[in-house]
Amino acid sequence: MSVFTALLSRDLKLALRQSADSLTVIAFFAIATVLFPFGVGPEAEVLSRIAAGVVWVAALLAALLSLDRVFTVDFEDGTLDQLLLNGQSMTLVVLAKVIAHWLTTGVPLIIMSPVLAVTLQLPAEGYGTLVLALLLGTPTVSLVGALGAALVLGARRGGVLLSLLVLPLYIPVLIFGTAAVEAALTGMPSAPMLSILGGFALIAVTLCPFGTAAALRQAAE
Amino acid sequence: MHKFANPTQFMRIANAIYPWVAGICVLLFAAAIPIALMFSPPDYQQGETVRIMYIHVSSAWLMMMIYGIIAANSAMFLIWRHPMANLVARASAPMGAVFCALALITGMLWGQPMWGTFWVWDARLTSTLILFFLYIGYIALADAFEDSERGDKAAAILALVGSVNVPIIHFSVEWWNTLHQPSIIKASKEGVDSSVHSSILLPLFLMMGAFTMFYFALLVLRLRSELLAAKIRNARLSQIAGHSAAQPAE
Amino acid sequence: MAFENFAAFIDMGGYAAWVWTAYGLATVALVGMLVVSRRTLKARTREFEEMKANRK
Repeated sequence: MSVFTALLSRDLKLALRQSADSLTVIAFFAIATVLFPFGVGPEAEVLSRIAAGVVWVAALLAALLSLDRVFTVDFEDGTLDQLLLNGQSMTLVVLAKVIAHWLTTGVPLIIMSPVLAVTLQLPAEGYGTLVLALLLGTPTVSLVGALGAALVLGARRGGVLLSLLVLPLYIPVLIFGTAAVEAALTGMPSAPMLSILGGFALIAVTLCPFGTAAALRQAAE
Repeated sequence: MHKFANPTQFMRIANAIYPWVAGICVLLFAAAIPIALMFSPPDYQQGETVRIMYIHVSSAWLMMMIYGIIAANSAMFLIWRHPMANLVARASAPMGAVFCALALITGMLWGQPMWGTFWVWDARLTSTLILFFLYIGYIALADAFEDSERGDKAAAILALVGSVNVPIIHFSVEWWNTLHQPSIIKASKEGVDSSVHSSILLPLFLMMGAFTMFYFALLVLRLRSELLAAKIRNARLSQIAGHSAAQPAE
Repeated sequence: MAFENFAAFIDMGGYAAWVWTAYGLATVALVGMLVVSRRTLKARTREFEEMKANRK
């Protein structure tokens, strides 16, 4: 457990010191979202129709950008090998890394999302559900993303490859994340979609760390 | 099961059944093509376009079966380190991708006359498209490493991840589709699935059988290539090792 | 026989473009896979034989 907390606090400290990384991701999130009004026109009607979807897609892409640094540094400087040699439980290591990633990118994205939703004219009923949906969906994004990042460690064209692997797996989260907000806007209960998002997170948290650990083990071999 | 892990043993059996598989494949195609194109009656709703269905469904069946084979073999490779299982998975993946593309394209060619548009976000077309991306990702990941063994293992893990995700994606897309179902294009593709007529089943099963045998026959050919490639690679490696140690490789 | 004459067969009830394109593409895909696989096998076999010959 001590390794878990040590890794987590080290990653968080590192992220704090290099806060430019997290800021870049947020900036990307903002710019990607802001592009849409230029693409579809500034009519409030159109924008508020697509607001939730745009915020979700932009958040997924922004999270994707941050994924390649989850393991790369530890892989290149040998920390990963050392953790493996010390007989550390890789699953715990992975969990620490995923939580660090979620805290340093997932949470900022969630905080930023209502602001961006305002620019897209999201109706007032949608904000609570949007934040809740992101809160329940982004852990899955980090968990699945870490798995992808571990798989492409040391690969040629790793970044592009990562998006090819991970984005299709994000589709269920995107579907239910957007549907939850849409339900809230039309006055339907959004709880079923939110609980499905929670269910995805539970499935991901039970399965992904093992896969990620296996991927890290074979990468370090 | 484990005795098939030995490549020599495996290939002995595979080569023995190869002529039979290839022969049955040719016979099935010889029966399926004329029946599918000429002798089976047109569908009462879809007319002659139902003939596209025979190759569309056959391709879709193979793209799913091949994904199952890849996933099962990836599991065997990761758990027992069977080298043959890995080769089966890797040799199958490009064929799976081709059948997936074929299912997509024939689906579009069927959709245009039936729905009036090449593409609708129909649950099955959408799931097929996502499966196609998974295939492309698998192939790209398997080839992305200098060290081919890393590619083998990473791709095997990805195949297993995919096998957990494919049902989830399918369920999500289906749910999403019913949510957004546009009322205009609730057209007659369904007719085939709900009221299956025996005149349709015969060519369909023949075609599916022919496609399946085609896959297995080609798999044997591709496994031979993969094994030769592995032998060549090993020989090169031992040659390099031999040179650097200034000793003969043997 | 579902068609009265050869012209009707080619016409496919007015859906000739769709049906024949689909079957044509399927043929191209299957034959293409067969050709590529056989060619790779031949190339690999040749490479392997050459390698064995060089060693001796």
